[in-house]
Amino acid sequence: MEPTDVTNPDYYHKVVDCQWGCPAHTNVPEYIRLIAQGRFTDSYWLNRESNVFPGVLGRTCDRPCEPACRRTRIDGKPVAICRLKRVAADLRDPTESRLPEIPKVGNGKRIALVGAGPASLTVCNDLMPLGYECVIFEQLSKPGGLMRTNIPAFRLPGNVLDEEIDMILDMGVDVRYSTPIASLKALLDEGWDAVFIGSGAPKGKNLEIPGRYDSDRVHIGIEWLESVHFEHIDSIGERVLVIGVGNTAMDCCRTAKRLGGKDVRVMARKSKEYFKASEWELADTEEELVEIMENHSPTRFILEDGKLVGMEFELVTWHEGSDGRLRSQAHGTVEIPCDDVILAIGQDNAFPWIERDIGIEFGDWEMPVVDRTTFQTTRDGVFVGGDAAWGPENIIWAVEHGHQAAISIHSHCQRMPVTDRPAHGMNLISQKMGMREWSYSNDYNPAERARMTHIDLRERFRELAVEVELGFDPEQTAREVERCLNCDIQTHFIDYLCIECDACIDICPVDCLTIIGNGGEVELRARLTVPAENLEQDIYVSGALPQTGRVMVKDEDLCVHCGLCAERCPTAAWDMRRFELIIPYAGQASCAVHA
Amino acid sequence: MIQAKPKVRHPGLQKNALGLTRRDYEGSMSTLCAGCGHDSITAAVIQAFFDLDIPPHRAVKLSGIGCSSKTPTYFLGEAHGFNGVHGRMPAIATGANAANREMVYIGVSGDGDSLSIGLGHLCHAVRRNLDMLYLIENNGVYGLTKGQFSASADVGSLSKRGEPNLQRPIDPVLMALTLGASFVARSFSGDRRQLLPILKAGLVHKGFALVDIISPCVTFNDHESSTKSYMHTRERYLEVVSADFVPPAKRIETDYDVGTTTTVTMHDGSLVRFRKVGEEYDPTDRAAAYRYISGKQAEGEVVTGLLFIEEGCCDMHEVAGTVDQPLTQIPFDQLVPGSEALSDLMRSFR
Ligand SMILES: Cc1cc2nc3c(=O)[nH]c(=O)nc-3n(C[C@H](O)[C@H](O)[C@H](O)COP(=O)(O)OP(=O)(O)OC[C@H]3O[C@@H](n4cnc5c(N)ncnc54)[C@H](O)[C@@H]3O)c2cc1C
Ligand SMILES: Cc1ncc(C[n+]2csc(CCOP(=O)(O)OP(=O)(O)O)c2C)c(N)n1
Ligand code: SF4
Ligand code: SF4
Ligand code: SF4
Ligand SMILES: [Mg+2]
Repeated sequence: MEPTDVTNPDYYHKVVDCQWGCPAHTNVPEYIRLIAQGRFTDSYWLNRESNVFPGVLGRTCDRPCEPACRRTRIDGKPVAICRLKRVAADLRDPTESRLPEIPKVGNGKRIALVGAGPASLTVCNDLMPLGYECVIFEQLSKPGGLMRTNIPAFRLPGNVLDEEIDMILDMGVDVRYSTPIASLKALLDEGWDAVFIGSGAPKGKNLEIPGRYDSDRVHIGIEWLESVHFEHIDSIGERVLVIGVGNTAMDCCRTAKRLGGKDVRVMARKSKEYFKASEWELADTEEELVEIMENHSPTRFILEDGKLVGMEFELVTWHEGSDGRLRSQAHGTVEIPCDDVILAIGQDNAFPWIERDIGIEFGDWEMPVVDRTTFQTTRDGVFVGGDAAWGPENIIWAVEHGHQAAISIHSHCQRMPVTDRPAHGMNLISQKMGMREWSYSNDYNPAERARMTHIDLRERFRELAVEVELGFDPEQTAREVERCLNCDIQTHFIDYLCIECDACIDICPVDCLTIIGNGGEVELRARLTVPAENLEQDIYVSGALPQTGRVMVKDEDLCVHCGLCAERCPTAAWDMRRFELIIPYAGQASCAVHA
Repeated sequence: MIQAKPKVRHPGLQKNALGLTRRDYEGSMSTLCAGCGHDSITAAVIQAFFDLDIPPHRAVKLSGIGCSSKTPTYFLGEAHGFNGVHGRMPAIATGANAANREMVYIGVSGDGDSLSIGLGHLCHAVRRNLDMLYLIENNGVYGLTKGQFSASADVGSLSKRGEPNLQRPIDPVLMALTLGASFVARSFSGDRRQLLPILKAGLVHKGFALVDIISPCVTFNDHESSTKSYMHTRERYLEVVSADFVPPAKRIETDYDVGTTTTVTMHDGSLVRFRKVGEEYDPTDRAAAYRYISGKQAEGEVVTGLLFIEEGCCDMHEVAGTVDQPLTQIPFDQLVPGSEALSDLMRSFR
């Protein structure tokens, strides 16, 4: 293999599994170390650079970083990355602000944004400091989008959301509440320099089976949650069936439990291994004594004298066909009595307010065609991000879309090609403090993942807004931060210094290293000290070593970044260097590589 | 600062017949200088015991004094061990082996420990054909006492301070050949591929297996005018025979070309298979081996490999006619029959 080019920021970035897995590339290990040092405020603001809503995300993030976390491959459980973020948010100094200054004189450019969800808010966050005038048109009376109206307060307290939204709005964003945009054409005719569409995926999917429209006790999940939020709904029948197995379904049944539902059941067509809800949301739901009934496929609503009394389901089993597709087999029907039914089977986009003759091309499923890198539609100056772009995702993706769209909007307004994207940069700094001392806590800590404490079940149902998770206490925090393997502290190799003494090879606790004759990747992977079978993880290959011409190979898969290779190396051919990814945001140029 | 190698390990680590991984054969973390050749030998010893499925608690580790003699602490944490006084390890090994012939004995020594202060003890252990693997971790200096020349330092090689060595070296390989050793090898800490089969063959060999291992001292003897450095050794390295160790279980599967190889059957049924590299070399001909090695030495080359082997010689127990059972298993009243029995014995000599 050719020697690995570690000056390409992607190489070391990929080693930091959590950061690579995070859509916004949050610098997780650094913020965890700051928490370990008690520097909560620093940790909070480092988070905010990339993810804009640390307090919100520390409670609600979909956390794609956690399944990616290296610790999972070591002891089965990822670092509690998300809940540590909450620790930083909860314990920071609330009086300290590191927000950028907003120029007194603007740059004369005016941007219209449709919807006040996280995507639009992030665009404003990035553009306001550059002097843009940002005007958000929001159909509802409050900002925040689904974060506000759909994520229940027992998961996300209103004050946490307010605080982080206000940081952005207080930069001087002009929000026109209760102003639905009914015509994009009309909006465009107002002559904005750019328009950003962050209107989300606002339509709950329906279930077209007999009896659907014969009762007013059948609700669409996201609409129902919104009504609960605005207090248009404050009660529900005792027996509730929730149809669907995604996160929305979990929020619906947990909310129903708090509004008077006694016998609340989640009705699932498939069995648990096919559920869409995150493992933790499912567990939290079951903890609240919601029954989850698998393999029940809804067939009709049962009404008596015009009143909903139950639902009929077909009992099914699932088999994977030879083509890999699931097929069901029916085994008769059951009737389950109920007072209310909540449909939580997915969301759709809807753009009835975008005219089809204004240069914005629409593709499959009546969705506008949006470029995956620039977030621009086929009409110059009109951008889309968040759930509106390609269907429902989550907050952190909406934030990342917002950052990228802001870069494009800035380029568009500066008359630069939106396709020119500023490149990532990196810093690489040695962490050596002494013969066997490093700036970070390098020893492997065998602690098990901390378990989140939940408020007592009785206490929890007292009121809708009682937050369920209590957050980590100081002991839990202190233990959990030590589980992080500091994947950003890279093993950096300088081939011409190596005397091939094997010290690093022998000391490595997880057998990452091999000095070996070079070869093709497949065959080289098979010949290593322990064969490198995880193909998702790169192998590092050095240049030819001076004494024998062999190469140093490192399998990145299980390195615990203990630094022992660098401690045992007599020539400092290995060094432990902190990798800092530098992400340019709107108005920032490509970053240099300092290695 | 990390005090012990973290217990975390690769889940894909191989297990041996005892269900143990290589990591179960480790000891505590080395305190030698980073990059010391001795550490690399330790790793090879760990691998050899693992590969041979030897239960760690059935091994006995013995050593004298020196950096090399510290290394038994770094392997087989569960084995028995004894750190003797300087140069006296062979005597202690003899006593231990006499008492319990069923254990696996490994002695680790240095060029100072074995060729200076302990030379006489070493010679007699060879002569007794004590059943053990004896390693000389040879760096040409007294590492532990900060780099004075040892008896294996070559004439003209410079100390770290720049002073030349004027005295002629003792070559443990040539010496062992003249003392009638039954297993003599030389290798290099930086060549695990060669060292490993030699260590395994040495552990299986019934009798005294001496392995002289060039093991650079990174701190005091790895400079440009050293003749025991990584660079110097790699430049003058002459592998005269390449030895493969083939355990009994693998014998059947291994098909080899008899024409180009010599095979020696070890007492447990395993094979040592020699493939000659270059010129004719017969590792079973003592006189020829001596001639060849001393000739190459005059040309400045470091001849390595399993250089001489003679299976089937009597070891110490056979010569002395001791009981088959280890003394530890003999009931106390038989082992120590009392003063009456002693008097009888004394009378029989009159
Ligand atoms: C029940 C539920 C729970 C969820 N839980 C989580 C969670 O725990 N974690 C997570 O990461 N994600 C969660 N999500 C998903 C997450 O909320 C969304 O992915 C995210 O809010 C999308 O952001 P956005 O900015 O694209 O749009 P949205 O948040 O949907 O905001 C769009 C805004 O645009 C407004 N709007 C729409 N059309 C118009 C128009 N024509 N004129 C004016 N205004 C308009 C809407 O009123 C809304 O305020 C959840 C979603 C649901 C439904
Ligand atoms: C009786 C006695 N004499 C001298 C010493 C001092 N001493 C300690 S180690 C050593 C030499 C060790 O050299 P070597 O065996 O080559 O080991 P190395 O450290 O080089 O591995 C000496 C002379 C001692 N400990 N005991
Ligand atoms: S161990 Fe730490 S740095 Fe590594 S992936 Fe997990 S959270 Fe990130
Ligand atoms: S830091 Fe070095 S010694 Fe530690 S696990 Fe990684 S490669 Fe192995
Ligand atoms: S410890 Fe250093 S000098 Fe020795 S093999 Fe490893 S990288 Fe090379
Ligand atoms: Mg020595």
